[in-house]
Amino acid sequence: MRSLSLAWRQLRRDLAAGEIRILLAALVLAVVAVTAVGFVTDRAERALAIEANRLLGGDAVVRSDTALKGELLQAAQAPGLKRTQTTELDTMIRVGKGEDASLRLGDLRGLGEGFPLRGAFRVVDAQQPQEHDARGIPARGTLWMTQAGADTLDARLGDTVSIGDADFRLAALVVQEPDAAMDYFNVAPRVFLNEADLPATGLIQFGSRIRYRLVIAGEAGAVERFVERARPALGRGQRLETVQDARPEIRSALDRAGRFLGLAALVSVVLAAVAVAMAARRHSERHLSGVAVMRCLGAQQRTLVAVYVGELMLLGLLACTLGVAIAFGLQWGIGSWLARTLGVSIPAASLVPAVQGYATGLVVLLAFGAPPVLALRRVPALRVLRRDLDATEPSAWLVAIAALAGLGALLWWKAGSAALGGAMLIGIVGTLAVLALLSWLMILAVRRLRARLRGSLRYGLANVSRRASTSIAQISALGLGLMALLLLTFVRTDLLDRWQLALQADAPNRFIINVQDDQTQPVHDFLRAQDLGEPVLFPMVRARLTQVNGKAVRAEDYEEGQTRRRADREFNLSTMDALRDDNQVTAGRFWGSGKPAATEFSVEEGFAKDLGWKIGDTVTFDVAGQPLPGRVTSLRKVDWESFRPNFFVLVSPGALQGYSASWITAVSVPPSKPRFTAQLVQAFPNLSVIDVDAVLKQVRSTADQVSTVVQVVFWFSLAAGLLVLMAAVSASQDERLLEGGVMRVLGGSRRQLRLAQASEFAAIGLLSGLVAAVAASVLSGVIATRVFDLPWTFNWKLALVGGGLGMLAALVAGMAATRRVLDAPPSVTLRELQ
Amino acid sequence: MSQPTPLHDETSAIASTAGSAASSMALDVQHLRKQVELPGGPLTILHDISFRIAPGDTVAIVGASGSGKSTLLSLLAGLDTASGGRVLLAGQDLSTLDEDGRARVRGEAVGFVFQSFQLLPSLTALENVMLPLELRGDIDPETPARQILEQVGLGGRLGHYPRQLSGGEQQRVALARAFVTGPRVLFADEPTGNLDQHTGAAIIELLFDLNASRGTTLVLVTHDEGLAARCGHSLRLDAGKLVGA
Repeated sequence: MRSLSLAWRQLRRDLAAGEIRILLAALVLAVVAVTAVGFVTDRAERALAIEANRLLGGDAVVRSDTALKGELLQAAQAPGLKRTQTTELDTMIRVGKGEDASLRLGDLRGLGEGFPLRGAFRVVDAQQPQEHDARGIPARGTLWMTQAGADTLDARLGDTVSIGDADFRLAALVVQEPDAAMDYFNVAPRVFLNEADLPATGLIQFGSRIRYRLVIAGEAGAVERFVERARPALGRGQRLETVQDARPEIRSALDRAGRFLGLAALVSVVLAAVAVAMAARRHSERHLSGVAVMRCLGAQQRTLVAVYVGELMLLGLLACTLGVAIAFGLQWGIGSWLARTLGVSIPAASLVPAVQGYATGLVVLLAFGAPPVLALRRVPALRVLRRDLDATEPSAWLVAIAALAGLGALLWWKAGSAALGGAMLIGIVGTLAVLALLSWLMILAVRRLRARLRGSLRYGLANVSRRASTSIAQISALGLGLMALLLLTFVRTDLLDRWQLALQADAPNRFIINVQDDQTQPVHDFLRAQDLGEPVLFPMVRARLTQVNGKAVRAEDYEEGQTRRRADREFNLSTMDALRDDNQVTAGRFWGSGKPAATEFSVEEGFAKDLGWKIGDTVTFDVAGQPLPGRVTSLRKVDWESFRPNFFVLVSPGALQGYSASWITAVSVPPSKPRFTAQLVQAFPNLSVIDVDAVLKQVRSTADQVSTVVQVVFWFSLAAGLLVLMAAVSASQDERLLEGGVMRVLGGSRRQLRLAQASEFAAIGLLSGLVAAVAASVLSGVIATRVFDLPWTFNWKLALVGGGLGMLAALVAGMAATRRVLDAPPSVTLRELQ
Repeated sequence: MSQPTPLHDETSAIASTAGSAASSMALDVQHLRKQVELPGGPLTILHDISFRIAPGDTVAIVGASGSGKSTLLSLLAGLDTASGGRVLLAGQDLSTLDEDGRARVRGEAVGFVFQSFQLLPSLTALENVMLPLELRGDIDPETPARQILEQVGLGGRLGHYPRQLSGGEQQRVALARAFVTGPRVLFADEPTGNLDQHTGAAIIELLFDLNASRGTTLVLVTHDEGLAARCGHSLRLDAGKLVGA
C-alpha cells in the first residue's frame, strides 16, 4: 500500500514536471490507434455482415418443401428475433383477357408481412417512375412482377394479372429482388403477392409443390442461437442458409475485407509496440539520476521496483482510459460518416475493442516499458557524483523475450488465427533482424563517409554512426512501424485492384443456355455477327455420381448439408481443351492439347475436398444410364469472381462424345444493344437467356461498399501510424535538442541546424523506409497468396515510394520534434536538458 | 579603458557618449533587467545592471549561488533574451537581433567554455574543434583545429571521442574549440567547476595563456575568489544587483 502511494506520488510529480508526458502521449496514441481501428473494424464488419444479409433478405433463412412447424418455428420465436415467411410455387401467369391475353409459366411468391427483413425490393411504380426502394409488401389485391417478366408478357403497370382463380392489379415492376443473388438461374417471370391473398388463388392445395422460406433477422447473438437450435431440427427437404451460403463471389469479397480489417488491427498493435518501446527507453534514461539519488537516500531495490513499476501501471491505466475515450469519440464520427456513405445503418460498437485497447496498452507497456524501468533498480548510487555511470542495460534477452511474448500474445488474440498472427510475428522478427543488420552496415558506411563531409552534414551523419546500438534500435523501430503501414498499403492496393479486375465492366452479363448440339455453330455465328467477340461454347452433360474407387456412393455416407447435396444430385460435366486464366491447376497435371487414352477428370479443389477425392482416385458417373469411369488427374482452383461459366468437374476431351449435351456460353452485352435478347430468342426460340446484370450490379455495389470500408480503415490506420511514428522519433529528442543548443551557442544558424538535423533524420528515415518497403513487399506477398488468395508480383514502384515516404515521415516527425531548438534561446535549451 | 564602469547613476552620461564609447567597447551593458514569470508571480533575477568592458580586459563575475551570475553571462553572450535594457556585444545591439542574428554574432565574435564542457559526443576531439569553423564556412577548418589542439597538448588524441577523454582533457578540447575562431570575447562559466583542484589549476593556466597570447576579452563567472583575483577586474553580484566592481 505504501509502495502504491509512493508510486502514485511519483506519477503525479512526473506528470507535473512534464517528465512522463512523452511516454503518456505515446501510450495514449497507441491505445487510440488500437482501439479506434478496433471500433471501426468491429462496426464495419457488422455493417458488412448486415449488408451481406440483404442478399438473403434476412440474417438466416430456412428453406423447406413442407410447411414449417414445431421446433423450427419455436426457435424463430425467441426474443431478439424478427421473423417472416414467403411461400413459392410455380403457376401460370396470365396478363389481359380473352384472345389478347399472354400466358406464361412463372413463379409465384407470396410475401409475409415484414419481408424482406434486410434489404429492399427495388421497384418502379405509377407514383414513382424512377427505380426506388419499395415500402413493405404488395397491398391486398395487387401484385408486383419482375421487369424481365413484364417484358416477356408485355405487361404494363395497372394491367390485370390473373393467378389461379384471382385477379390482381399490377402495381409495381421489380427491378431487383433483395435475395435475387441466390437464384439468378431463375429465368421465368415472377410475381409477388401479399401472402394473405394466396388462399384466394386456390393454388394452395394438397399435392401442390410449394416451397416455404422462414426468414429470420435480429441481433447477432440471437441469430447465432437460432442457427444453433435450428440446425439439428432440420428435417428432410429442409435447408438452413446464412450469409456463409451466399454466392461465392460476394462471400469471398466479404471474407477478404474481414481479413484486411483484421490485418489493420494487427498493424495498429505493432505501431503501438514501437511507440511505447521508444518512449519507455527515454523515460528510464531520464530517471537515472533521480534513481541514483533515491539509492543514496537509502531506497532499496524492492522499493524502487515498486515505485517505478507501480508508476508504470498507474500511467498505463490513465493512458488506456484516455485513449479508449478518445477512440470512442473518433469512431463515433467515422461511424456516422460511413453510415451516410454506405447508405446503411451501422450497428453500435461492441465493448470488445475497449477491452482490447486496455489489454494492448498494459501488455505493451509491461513488455516494452518494464525491462528498462526494472534496470533502474541497478543504477549505482555513485551516479550522483559521476553522471557518466549508466544503469547496466537491461539484459537484451530479457527485453526480447518479454517483448516477443507480449507481442505474440496480442497478435494471436487480434488475428484470431494462429496462421496470420504467426506470419505477422515471424515477419516482425525477420524484419527486425534484417533492419538491425542493414542499419549496422549503413552505420559502418556512414563512418567512412563522414570524413569526407563538412559541417552540418558531418554532424548529422556523425550522430547516426555514434553509439551504434541506439541508431540500430531507432532505425529498426521506425522501419518496423513503416513496414506495418506499407504492408497495409500493399495489401489494400492488391485487394482493391483485384476487385476492380474481377468486376470489370466487360464481365459477361448474359448466360445463354440450352443450346443444342446442332445449334452450336449457328449460335456462334450469330454472336460473332453481333460483334460480341469470339464466343466459346461449353457442352454440359447431366451426370450423377455413382462410384468412388469402386465403392458405390450413398448420400448418407456424406456429411449433411452442401456435401451431401453434391453427392446426391445431378450436376453438369463439361470439357475443355485448355484452361482459361480463371482456372489454375493446384495439384496433378491438366491434360494437354492431346486426347488422353483413358478418361480423366479435372476437379475444382473445394469440391474434391468436400467429397474427399484425391489425385488418382477412380470416379464413376452415371450419364443417361451409361457408366462413365475415369481417373482424377488434376485439381483446379476456380476464380468464381470471373463470372464466366465454370464447372466443378471437367472431363478430358472426347470422353463426352456421343452423350447428348446442351451447350452454354456467356457474353458481355453492352447497354447499346437492348434488343439483343429479343433477336437471339427470335432466331433460336428454344434458347434461354439469363440476364445477370442485376446480380452483377449487386455484387459490384457490395464490392464498392467493402472497398469504401477498407479505404476508411486504411486511412485511419495510416493517420494513427504516422502520429505514433512521430511520438517514437520525439522519444529520442532530448539529446538532439541539447546538441542543437550547443551548436547554437557556437554560432550555428537556423539553416545549418536544420540541415544537420535533416541529414540525420533523412538518413534514418531513408534506410528505415527502404528496408521496410522491401520487407513489406515480401510479407505482403506471403499474406496475399496465403491469406487473401491473391496473385502477387513485387511492386518496385511502391517499394521506392515507400522508401521515400519513410524518409519524409522521419523528416517531418523529427523536425517537428526538434523544432523548438531553432527558436528557443540556447541558454533555455541547455538549462532544461542538463 | 581597463576599468569596467558601473553606470547605476550615469544613465544620461552613457546616453550622450554611447555613440563613441560603445563602438570601442568589447561589451556595453545598459540597464539590463531579467524577469521570469513563475506561478507565484514575476521573479526579478537581474535588476538594472549597467557596465562596460574594454577590449582585452579580463573580468570575473563573482557572487554567491543564486545571485544571477550565470543568467548575466547568458545575457551578455546573447544566449538568452533580456526583459529590459540592452547589451552591445562587439558593437552589435543584441536586443535588436533575432535568434539567428545573435547566433551570427556569437559565431563571429564569441567563444565559450562551459562548466560541463558541452562537447558533442558524436564528434571526435578534432571534429569538435573544427565545428565552429565549419559553421562559419571556413574553407580549411582542419589546419587551425589541429594547431590549437597541439597547443593545448592534445595533438595525440585528435581522433578520440569525448567519452574516451578525461574531464581535464575534455575541458582542454573545449578551450581549443573556444579559441579556434579567434573570438573577440571569451565567456567562461565556472570552467573548473567539474574538475579537481590540480586539473582545474592547469586549465586556468592554459585559459589565461591562450587569452594573453590572443588578446581576447575574457568574461569569467566563478565563485572562486582566488580565480577572480587573477582577473584584471571583478563585478560582484548580490541578489541580482551589481554591488561592486
